[in-house]
Amino acid sequence: MAVNKDSNAYTITFAIILVIIVGGLLAFISNGLKPLQDKNLKNEKKQYILNCLPGNKLISRDQAGTEFANYVKERVILNYNGEQLENTFMNSDQSLDDKNPNDAFSIDLLKEYKTISKKEDRNYPLFICEVKGEKYYVAPVMGKGLWAAVWGYIALDENGEKIAGAVFDHKSETPGLGAEISQDFFEDQFIGKLISSESGYKAIEVNKPGSPLNDYQVDGISGGTFTSVGVEEMMERTLSVYQKYIKNLNRS
Amino acid sequence: MAEETVIVEEKKEVKEREPLFSKKNKKLITDPLDENNPVTIQVLGICSALAVTVQMKAAVVMSISVLFVLLMANISVSLMRNLIPNRIRIIVQLVVVASLVIIVDQVLKAYLYDVSKELSVFVGLIITNCIIMGRLEAFALGNKVWPSTLDALGNSIGYAMVLVVVSFFKELFGSGKLFGIEIFGNATEGTGLYAMGYMDNGLMLLPPSSLILVAIYIWVQKMRNPTLIETH
Repeated sequence: MAVNKDSNAYTITFAIILVIIVGGLLAFISNGLKPLQDKNLKNEKKQYILNCLPGNKLISRDQAGTEFANYVKERVILNYNGEQLENTFMNSDQSLDDKNPNDAFSIDLLKEYKTISKKEDRNYPLFICEVKGEKYYVAPVMGKGLWAAVWGYIALDENGEKIAGAVFDHKSETPGLGAEISQDFFEDQFIGKLISSESGYKAIEVNKPGSPLNDYQVDGISGGTFTSVGVEEMMERTLSVYQKYIKNLNRS
Repeated sequence: MAEETVIVEEKKEVKEREPLFSKKNKKLITDPLDENNPVTIQVLGICSALAVTVQMKAAVVMSISVLFVLLMANISVSLMRNLIPNRIRIIVQLVVVASLVIIVDQVLKAYLYDVSKELSVFVGLIITNCIIMGRLEAFALGNKVWPSTLDALGNSIGYAMVLVVVSFFKELFGSGKLFGIEIFGNATEGTGLYAMGYMDNGLMLLPPSSLILVAIYIWVQKMRNPTLIETH
């Protein structure tokens, strides 16, 4: 039974069979691993939120998955004016649902940052947490570094005036330079810094390292200027929204 | 009848003549380590050698990923070598490599999430690693499964050697660490060597330093083995 390997029919048949086998295999593997991958992503987000709370830096990703509800008591989505969106207020009794667009946990900030160009139209999720009786507001921020996205989670005190903790991460900043924003020495500088002055909201400045600092300034990364600027920009753009909400909440 | 048995016996002899680790087969593994190293002699796969060598951990995981992809690709292409239509052989190789890379990427995302974050796009870029397509086209298409397996092992270990050596120097002098463990003390707190005024070399963290290190590697290699020096 001689098959002509140079014939068109053979070539096409071979290609079709190969593609079907490979496609099936990949679909099978992708489906099988999907739950694990989703869990990793979800736990990572939980970990960010818990890590920026005071004294919680060492919580691991797996721990974060199970301990989340012990810390995060309420969650809510705000608009740009710092007003609560309807039906978005949830407490820890309602389980996290990343399919529900009214659940603050489901908001994909990176997607919104890329697709919604006006900051006024974006959603602003907020996580209201409790550590040892103290109330903290955890605000996610999203911006761009030198190569791709950088993001962070900032814990504000109950007056919305002081930073109680911060974590930052990045997609692909240069290791050793911009990537250092996710290191403790950079993140810990933000603890105790103020975002409020007598005249209202005042943004944090990320300065060139080495210059003297006041309550509104932190050292940037030398060699990571673009990334530092990105951190400053995303915090400046976003934190005012949350401060408005917290101030209004405390006033009423 | 008598003639037939003789032929069968001869065939057996032919098969037995090549043991698993014959001299030729051993050479398939040892050659790419030195005399025919895919990175330093054939100058293939340079791009990833420049990009993922800032930290040793990433370099090691990258090497293991390349080893897996090259091994599986070489084996599967070698198994199919008599079936693959000549006109679409490059496409077939590409499909095999691409799907293996996707598998590696998915597995890393599920089980080694932190590492996959670190390697980010570079896992996907294994597809474009010239070593892999080069070995498939030059070796696996024309050889049996066992030699192809050895060839894949040899070449990926040869690649790994360069990556590990380069990342050793880059991480050590770029950030004073090895596998993330501080060797020279803590730079921000100014302990250890840093207390004496030592500073990390920022250039070591950037891709150009890999070029310099790979060049030094080639220089040392050719010094040790003068037969490698090209005379024009």
